[in-house]
Amino acid sequence: MSIDRPIIVDIRNISKSYRRGNQIIPVLEGISLAIIEGEFLALMGPSGSGKSTLLNLIAGLDHPDSGTISVGDMDLTGLAETQLAAWRAAHVGFIFQFYNLIPVLTAFENIELPLVLTNLSRRERREHVRTVLGLVNLTDRMDHYPRQLSGGQQQRVAIARALVTDPTLLVADEPTGDLDRASAEDVLVLMERLSRDLGKTVIMVTHDPRAARRAHRVEHLDKGVLTHALETPAPECL
Amino acid sequence: MLWKLLLRNAFRHKLRALLTVFGVAVAVLAFGMLSTLVDAWYAGVSAAAANRLVIRNAISLTFALPIAYMEKIRAVDGVRAISHMSWFGGIYVDRKNFFANFAVDARSFLDLYPEFILPEVQRSAFLKDRKGCVVGRALAQRFGWKVDDTVTLQGTIYAGDWPMTVRGIYHGRDKGTDENQLFFHWDYLNERLRGSSPRRANHAGIFVIEVAHADAAPAVAGAVDALFKNSLAETRTETERAFQMGFVTMSEAILMAIRLVSLVIICIIMAVVANTMIMSVRERLHEFAVLKTLGYGGFHLALLILGESLVICAAGGALGIAGTFPTLRILAGYVGYIFPVLDVSPTTLGFDVLAVLAVALIAAAFPIRRVVTIRIVDALGRVE
Repeated sequence: MSIDRPIIVDIRNISKSYRRGNQIIPVLEGISLAIIEGEFLALMGPSGSGKSTLLNLIAGLDHPDSGTISVGDMDLTGLAETQLAAWRAAHVGFIFQFYNLIPVLTAFENIELPLVLTNLSRRERREHVRTVLGLVNLTDRMDHYPRQLSGGQQQRVAIARALVTDPTLLVADEPTGDLDRASAEDVLVLMERLSRDLGKTVIMVTHDPRAARRAHRVEHLDKGVLTHALETPAPECL
Repeated sequence: MLWKLLLRNAFRHKLRALLTVFGVAVAVLAFGMLSTLVDAWYAGVSAAAANRLVIRNAISLTFALPIAYMEKIRAVDGVRAISHMSWFGGIYVDRKNFFANFAVDARSFLDLYPEFILPEVQRSAFLKDRKGCVVGRALAQRFGWKVDDTVTLQGTIYAGDWPMTVRGIYHGRDKGTDENQLFFHWDYLNERLRGSSPRRANHAGIFVIEVAHADAAPAVAGAVDALFKNSLAETRTETERAFQMGFVTMSEAILMAIRLVSLVIICIIMAVVANTMIMSVRERLHEFAVLKTLGYGGFHLALLILGESLVICAAGGALGIAGTFPTLRILAGYVGYIFPVLDVSPTTLGFDVLAVLAVALIAAAFPIRRVVTIRIVDALGRVE
């Protein structure tokens, strides 16, 4: 692992619990983690181990109960909801297990969606969308609605949507969980390329050891605690 | 882009959206029609001239006034013109063919009511023929009467058959002028009464006077009533507007009920649209969560939901308003003789639009609150 790159995500001693009725259920306890810029990190662990919760905290979708999370120079724990929304729009790209495309919008329009919040002109937005469509190799499907695309293609559209704002972080929650093996492979290759060729920091939650093997580093969570880290052979890009 | 998303979402479930649009359209149509009916009730009040006063028996409208009062009233300072009219209450062929018919002092009546436009030839013919009458255009159309036709009214207050010749067909100067009335000569009535029931002869139902300025009305009214104080037939003088309003007031409870029904209709459709919006948004909660994830804030999400609600309500509202005009035309064919003026007023249209906006806003309020306040992780967790 290269050490000449700065730490992009700095997590210090965070805890998170949920309330169910009168019961308080701890999900994360005293997690500390540093992620280097351009790193492809896989978070693994059994169901209920807290990996998706950790991902949500890193992505600014939720607040920790205690501890701090900094992404770049920004301390997320001090931000209000509206500030977090603006921060997410500019710095985070999301890839979901079930793609979460808007069914009434075409692939092109789905990808354009995050750009509507920017100051880009319509022409500039279209240029950006065409660029990422080329990147995920779906230019010929840009006018298709999600229902007209296969699962793998939908996930590639979702990746393009995550990429189009050129975010600091790409977070993916089980991105291959709903795909057949071939489509999953395509998506993983694509994510690997994003990290290697574009220098994107990718944080991926997965159950799939094959998917995790694509990552530079694998962190294991169990019952809300980081148990150990496995470092994959250092990729050439790092 | 957001406009595109909003429109596509609004009609995503076409059947549900179309049924809701239809519901709004029917509600707006009903609201518009009921409001127009209420306006029609007030048409006589609206059409009343500010400088005309009505003098009636102080006891009740059913008691007539001696015709001898006419010259005394004419002499009161401030009175510019005077006429009189008596409710005849005649039936044409059948009771269901109701229309207003009055015995009037023809010449002074036509002078006092310039809103009844009559061709000069017909006016002369009417004035010359003691058994002549003039009818409104709508009334003539209703029964297919033409000039020189003979119309026989069966008396209800004044017994017997009363044949008369249509000498003229008037039309209204203003939209609000009632074209469903018949006027004939009081002399014709009085002549027969002298023979059949002399005690009822030489009386008029009401006197109508014209004053130079509306400002003079209270003073003139006071002077007229003072003139007949302590007489056998004391008078009550009021503006034509107040006189007409007296009739409307009798129906106040019905009008209140109609207004209430209008409000209930709006409340029902509000609940229907709110239900549609709540269902629609609940089904797409995870999509709104995705938009929140992408950085869309409360303002954008509220705009999207409110926009959908507005699109559905505006479509229904436009249909309802467009449908109000032909529906009222059809209705006028059936009840035009009761409600001579059935025009949708700008005020009613304004209230239609306001009601549509209110329904859209309130229907969107609950789902907006839900979407804005829900935590992203909870909303995403609903499907994952």
